[in-house]
Amino acid sequence: MVNLQEKTWQIRQDVVTLIHKAGSGHIGGDMSVTDILVTLYYKHMNCSPENQNDPNRDRFILSKGHCVEALYCILADKGYFPKSDLDSYSGYLSKYIGHPSDKVNGVEIGSGSLGHGLSYSIGMALAGKMDGAPYRVYTVMGDGELAEGSVWEGAMAAAHYKLDNLTAVIDRNRLQISGSTETVMAQDSQEERWRAFGWHVLSVDGNSTKALDFALREAKQIKGRPTMIIANTTKGCGVSFMENQASWHHKSVDDEHYELAMRELEQRRAAAHEQDCK
Amino acid sequence: MNKIANKQAICDVLLQESEHDQDIVVLCSDSRGSGSMTPFAEQRPKQFVETGIAEQNLVTISAGLAKCGKKSFAVSPACFLSTRSMEQAKVDVAYNHANVKLIGISGGVSYGALGLTHHSTNDIAAMASIVNMRVYLPSDRLQTECLIRALLKDGEPAYIRVGRNAVEDVYDEGKVPFTLNKATLLRDGTDVTIIACGEMVSAAKQAGELLEQKGVSARVFDMYCLKPIDRKAVLKAARETRGIVTIEEHTAFGGLGSMVSQIVCAEHPVRVTSLTLPDEPVITGKSQQVFDYYGLNAEGIVRAAMELI
Repeated sequence: MVNLQEKTWQIRQDVVTLIHKAGSGHIGGDMSVTDILVTLYYKHMNCSPENQNDPNRDRFILSKGHCVEALYCILADKGYFPKSDLDSYSGYLSKYIGHPSDKVNGVEIGSGSLGHGLSYSIGMALAGKMDGAPYRVYTVMGDGELAEGSVWEGAMAAAHYKLDNLTAVIDRNRLQISGSTETVMAQDSQEERWRAFGWHVLSVDGNSTKALDFALREAKQIKGRPTMIIANTTKGCGVSFMENQASWHHKSVDDEHYELAMRELEQRRAAAHEQDCK
Repeated sequence: MNKIANKQAICDVLLQESEHDQDIVVLCSDSRGSGSMTPFAEQRPKQFVETGIAEQNLVTISAGLAKCGKKSFAVSPACFLSTRSMEQAKVDVAYNHANVKLIGISGGVSYGALGLTHHSTNDIAAMASIVNMRVYLPSDRLQTECLIRALLKDGEPAYIRVGRNAVEDVYDEGKVPFTLNKATLLRDGTDVTIIACGEMVSAAKQAGELLEQKGVSARVFDMYCLKPIDRKAVLKAARETRGIVTIEEHTAFGGLGSMVSQIVCAEHPVRVTSLTLPDEPVITGKSQQVFDYYGLNAEGIVRAAMELI
């Protein structure tokens, strides 16, 4: 059994290392979304390199495609491709580009244009319903992304078609590139909005694998409605100088900050490991 | 002749094929009636998806279905499908190699007096500019049927524009010459070449006959495949005849005329006259009235051809 919380700190270390090496990346969002991705990939989703061509595998779409570094580090860690492949990340002629590419093993669809993932997931969930297939579909959206009108077209359709095989998660870190989501385009309260659209809504601590695990388990039990998990997260989570700073939306770390970040993350990883051993 | 709209021919093929192919899925955006898809919606309810008036959602859901093994046909007015959801066509369909056939119905100026909001006179340009998107404008119901049957055999994206109204048959039932991505030669000739697409093909065919009466030998092509365009046919025409007239229900930017000129200029320059809709909202009228007003008819082609030779 994977120690989920420890895994999140290890993945964050991989992400910081990747971005430090590449010189660019959406580091703030990577840090906020990591717990969601780890809980999905190491606990809930029935997908692995071994069953990647199985029509009954669970499907995942990273709608907030800019947080690709967290996804790539997890896919590498799970063995979809060698970790050393990521040495070319963002480099000349590399297939590991700055948004998920379907040329990369383990990535279901290329994404990065915001507001598309939910509708894509709906198509996949509808196909599952048509075929009576057992798979579930998961998508993770950003909160800034919710200003896209297409999201709300999807919100209507998923409830209309009673897609209980679909779970969407919002990485509600409350920051986007220009600042606070409430300043850029106010959106409180997401809970009421999705409920009004006919979704089953859960609001949880999005940087707690325990809380996310609980919510994802509940989503599997819900019948006749899609589930929305509002994951309340901290942008830059785990690195003190990045936390809640919009300026870390898309930024690399210099050598000094790299050392600092890695030290903090290592402390957290060790603490999580320790706790698990108790 | 059996006069039905090309869009109805699409529904007929899909109904026939879906009898034994449960992966065929038709999606509409409150457009099942205007798209002639009501029979499909009624007879294949499990293979039909309604998205409501939401073209972006229509296209992306189609792509999601396709990525799980479905053969998606997204049927929506060409004006909205080609540009309102262009982003979704580019990213979700084309970039992701999703097996989605975008069926743009009531294309060009078919909506007549409904005006510019409902006209699609830049859809060839919009869709052809997308990497990995093919573009087809079939001329009559018989060719439409051949095209849809051919496209059902592949898993790649395509945009197909058809008109709203029933059109005269260009071909003879049971003997439709058709090879995917090859222009169809309607008439051979040595003086001048006419290249047409969509509903303009029947005017081109007629112009070929009128020119013959004047002693001019015209070669006439049905270039239903805009992308990939049949370069060989264009270049052969450039080498073997004195000039080319193109005609399309589209503006001058990025359509058939542009594409033919680009090929000819690069490899074998000859004069090309492009008959197109103007760069302004068209006059109010039915399709044929609009075509006649702008000289998009057999007489217009003959005039242009006579000037070239």
